[in-house]
Amino acid sequence: MLEISNLVKRYGHDEVVLKGLDLTVEDNSVVAIVGASGAGKSTMLRCINRLVEPTSGSIKLNGTELVNLKGRALRRARRKIGMVFQGFNLIDRLTVMENVLAGRLGYVTLFQAISRRYPQPDIERAFVLMERVGIAHYANKRADELSGGERQRVGVVRALMQEPELLLADEPTASLDPRTSEQIMRLLHDLARELSLPVLINIHNVAQARAYTERIVGLRHGRMIFDGKPADFDEKALDAIYGGIEASDDGNQRGVVAGLPAGEP
Amino acid sequence: MTPAQTRAPERAWHKPPFIANPLLRYGVLALLATYLIWAFGSLQFNWERIADGWPRAGRIFGGGFPPSFERFDLLLTGFKESFQIAVLATLFGVMLSIPFAVMAARNIAPLPVYLLGRATIILARSFHPVIVAILFVAAVGFGPLAGILTLTLYSLGFVGKLLAEEIEEIDWGQVEAMKATGAGYFAILVYGIFPQVLPRQVGLSMYQLDSNLRASAVVGIVGAGGIGSTLMNAFGRYDYAFAFAILLVIIAVILVSEGISGWVRKKLW
Repeated sequence: MLEISNLVKRYGHDEVVLKGLDLTVEDNSVVAIVGASGAGKSTMLRCINRLVEPTSGSIKLNGTELVNLKGRALRRARRKIGMVFQGFNLIDRLTVMENVLAGRLGYVTLFQAISRRYPQPDIERAFVLMERVGIAHYANKRADELSGGERQRVGVVRALMQEPELLLADEPTASLDPRTSEQIMRLLHDLARELSLPVLINIHNVAQARAYTERIVGLRHGRMIFDGKPADFDEKALDAIYGGIEASDDGNQRGVVAGLPAGEP
Repeated sequence: MTPAQTRAPERAWHKPPFIANPLLRYGVLALLATYLIWAFGSLQFNWERIADGWPRAGRIFGGGFPPSFERFDLLLTGFKESFQIAVLATLFGVMLSIPFAVMAARNIAPLPVYLLGRATIILARSFHPVIVAILFVAAVGFGPLAGILTLTLYSLGFVGKLLAEEIEEIDWGQVEAMKATGAGYFAILVYGIFPQVLPRQVGLSMYQLDSNLRASAVVGIVGAGGIGSTLMNAFGRYDYAFAFAILLVIIAVILVSEGISGWVRKKLW
């Protein structure tokens, strides 16, 4: 169970990104977090695994307070929180298997990590998960030789190698073509069910959020302004989240280029 | 065609000058010109001495031809020592450069560590190898040990600086991903950072080996062993034929090593 209460994140003195956010995820459900760029979606996700330091507030995962953890305790908490990134963030020059096993870095010793002597159960788990998402035959290929969809599968498997109690996905499909992004969303949805794992997904694609998640949370200017079932996420909610954003300021001056001479054929 | 009168009048555009203030712009130019006139006027070009030098240069070059390979074994010993100096110094220097580069990369080192790392690298780079060699020859005596120490320091400074800059430009996403797995500092280094800078480090090491080979000839002149010492002795005995033979072989060796290191670096990417 994830409990976020009164979460505030301020950059510098006056730029407040999160303004006292409350969010509780009780069951193992897939939650979509929607909102315009700059609404604070990514900051919220990164506060949970402390890639971003929250200014104040409380984040509890299964009873453990995450906000004031340091050093070894922080690393132990992090290894229970998997993360999937928009840009995949794979180690390009290492093989797919090394990338997948990197998900165990919070568990193995430094010597095991450097010499690539991972425990047998880790290797077994890696193969099972890679087979599940269809990338096992790439085990010894370099990560940068794979296509976008395949690379994101590696990213998902790496996160699941952590045996996470929570999975965070920061716009996992934004770098992918529409078809592949559908596949990745379905994969995340199915895996969450198979592993009974709560998942938080930042997403721009509202149609996909409706189709593959059980709950939608809408953020705007660092505040939650919608929380409900996908069925209740209607035009009004959509407008509240994305609507009326600096329309006068969009730099769109119609008709100005009409006077330009046409190019010679 | 669109009628011309519907368009605004034509607007001119020029590239803005590099220095916006015209007073400053022409002031800098005038200052530069004044300095050049003063510098040439006050430098004493002694044309007599230059004219005298020509025959002397001719005598040395004349004495150097044809180059003599009579004392080939001496030349071989000198080169063997130079190679040893260059290879060992590169090995030690490159190995030492890694921890110092990590210390001197602002994005992964805390401020005090960063300052220490930067200071070490700056210190290692602040003197030309010849000056360092003179110090080490004074400290540990004539011979290759002084050469190895000198060039190790030289390699540490050069490779350390460039590697630190490379570390500062890595893709931070990969580091974030490793942090998110709960990895410790050194595991993050080994997985998130080293793979990204490895090709660059191998290329730098090849370049440094090349450079150390050249420099080992120079530091030998001040007594730090290797072919430079052999060359200096030959000049000292006015044995220009042998000296020229050494110079020819140095050129050949540098050409070959440059070719090999260039080929290896190209293969890396």
